[in-house]
Amino acid sequence: MKYTLSVQVENHFGVLARIAGLFSARGFNISSLSVAETEDPTISVMTIVVEGDEKILDQVKKQLNKLIEVIKVKDVTFLDYVSRELALIKVKIDAQRRREVIEIADVFKGRVVDISHENITIEVTGDSKKLDAVVELLKSYGIVEMARTGRVAIIRG
Amino acid sequence: MLTGAKILIESLKKEGVEVIFGYPGGVVIPIFDVLYEEKDIKLVHVRHEQGAAHAADGYARATGKVGVCLATSGPGATNLVTGIATAYMDSIPMVALTGQVATSMIGSDAFQEADITGITRSITKHNFLVKDVNDLARTIKEAFYIASTGRPGPVLVDLPKDVLVSKTEFNYPDKVELRGYKPKVKIHLGQIKKAVEMIQEAKRPLIYYGGGVILGNASNELVEFVKKSGIPITSTLMGLGGYPGDYKDPLYLGMLGMHGTVYANYAMHNCDLIIAIGARFDDRVTGKLDEFAPNAKIIHIDIDPSSISKNVIVDVPIVGDVKDILIEMNKLIKPVKIKEWLDQIAIWKEKYPLTYTKDSKFVKPQYVIDKLSELTKGNAIIATEVGQHQMWVAQYYQFVKPRTLLTSGGLGTMGYGLPASIGAKVAYPDKTVITIAGDGSLQMNIQELGTAIAHDINIKIIILNNAYLGMVRQWQELFYSKRYSGVCLAKTDKNGEMCGYYPDFLKIAEAYGFWGKRITTNEEVEKALKELLEVSGPALLDIWIEKEENVFPMVPAGANLTQMIGGLA
Repeated sequence: MKYTLSVQVENHFGVLARIAGLFSARGFNISSLSVAETEDPTISVMTIVVEGDEKILDQVKKQLNKLIEVIKVKDVTFLDYVSRELALIKVKIDAQRRREVIEIADVFKGRVVDISHENITIEVTGDSKKLDAVVELLKSYGIVEMARTGRVAIIRG
Repeated sequence: MLTGAKILIESLKKEGVEVIFGYPGGVVIPIFDVLYEEKDIKLVHVRHEQGAAHAADGYARATGKVGVCLATSGPGATNLVTGIATAYMDSIPMVALTGQVATSMIGSDAFQEADITGITRSITKHNFLVKDVNDLARTIKEAFYIASTGRPGPVLVDLPKDVLVSKTEFNYPDKVELRGYKPKVKIHLGQIKKAVEMIQEAKRPLIYYGGGVILGNASNELVEFVKKSGIPITSTLMGLGGYPGDYKDPLYLGMLGMHGTVYANYAMHNCDLIIAIGARFDDRVTGKLDEFAPNAKIIHIDIDPSSISKNVIVDVPIVGDVKDILIEMNKLIKPVKIKEWLDQIAIWKEKYPLTYTKDSKFVKPQYVIDKLSELTKGNAIIATEVGQHQMWVAQYYQFVKPRTLLTSGGLGTMGYGLPASIGAKVAYPDKTVITIAGDGSLQMNIQELGTAIAHDINIKIIILNNAYLGMVRQWQELFYSKRYSGVCLAKTDKNGEMCGYYPDFLKIAEAYGFWGKRITTNEEVEKALKELLEVSGPALLDIWIEKEENVFPMVPAGANLTQMIGGLA
């Protein structure tokens, strides 16, 4: 199963390496990891999606807590939380296909962020399933390039 | 205004550091320059950086204080790695200081540059790269705080050349502010109550304790707990000395696990309640995990939450300082009614004692340790290397006080013992400090004989010399049809027969200025040991032991604790 952890860390040089190193040294699997500074510039938040069973999750949390630069580990998996991923997808187009791609983007509440004679780039946010669905649909048009973030999460309320 | 190097040394003094084990090199010359006229901190300059790390570790284990080692950038720093990993696996408080190339050069593959914080990330409790001299004093404060609190461990501080030579005001902070590190945990009294209730109801309880008792200075509390409850007790390798070792004590079962006593392993397998105190259910202790103590509930006292339910599922975890927890438990605990269980244990103890015979051409190693234990009465500090001799020490030396056994338990580092004994002897010049070594292990850091001589560090060395890497040979004998591959340290003739021991340790002793003696028979043991202990300076005793003597009993890898070889006759 996949668990989502929201981890507050000191915004120090090398913290990401420390956390990634912990996962590789202990044989834990990271499905995705995203990191960004918070409103407090001394703190970053990492959203880590971990794959494993409960025992592994328990160890992951404890081992993360052991790191000096980890301030707080929150397991949001079973909490009421909002999570998002973002994808930027560049699709090959011609005049006729352009309209179809834009329609698909509209259905998924995506936005066109760039357009040229050959390509169109759309931006979609949502959970993994929604993004997978968009990607699947756009595949038939020919995806030139794609960039996708990991999951970010925040507890509701 | 002080230079970074001066600030470093002043900071170490604030932390009460009295000795640094170090080796110089290009970028750390500014530190050695400060040490040149430093009166309060002694520099023990070793012959190899690995020796510095192990010596600092030995000093820390013997004293409980933070050990400090120092090496230059690049190869100096990487030579510390095994020593740091050794300390990490056994939770030893240590601060490793390394030089680094100037901040402007970092990442340029400069001369003697190594990314030591990257390299040591997974073998340190924490590490720092100091990029600004203004952060230096605070970083040292934090390093000592992290190394010595909670579950202790090594902390590395990497010091670029420019940080060491640039100047700033020296202000040593009073307190540490680390929001991500709160080592003081409040003890859960409810859990303690629950544990005590379980203990009172148990029919076959067993205390299984480890190095945490030593690290947490909780020996007295443990002894009180055993006295008050009347529960039998077994120790891990790391725990030896935490409870006074005496096989005549009906509650004391000695060490358990792969080379533990038969009765300790039987007791563990058959108990209905394990009270684990500062021990971590290592694979050398549990044997085959899914057949480990099949009928036992588990109470686990540990300072590190990540040790709880890591290898075995725990019923009642109690997280916190072992001393504080035992003090609380001692308030509640009453004698348990377990006569049948104690009778059973007495039967096992009677039937399956540790034994050896003396009908041998060469010396029986067990006899040496037995005799040494008798002669020193547990009043010596014993450092070991790793292998058969280490296990014989664990079985036959009766450690009666904490911090008297220095041994690499977790990492199993050959080459640890000699430098560790140097560290301990520096801390306690008046105590007898003995390294017990195999002929293989001793050669891994044999250059440290020079350190001992140069600094008048009066250590005693006993080599149990079988011209083999004995433990690996034992495995090859038992599990690989005696196909001895890469284990013979002697010269062999065309037929593969041994025809000479190398090196000649007496010549090595002489070359370094050690007193040296060799014995080859059991009859000589007692006299030679007495002589060794009485020699005034550093001394080495080369004892030729039975070449193919095995360490028994033995739980083969992957077997459960009752499936022992040897010792069951």
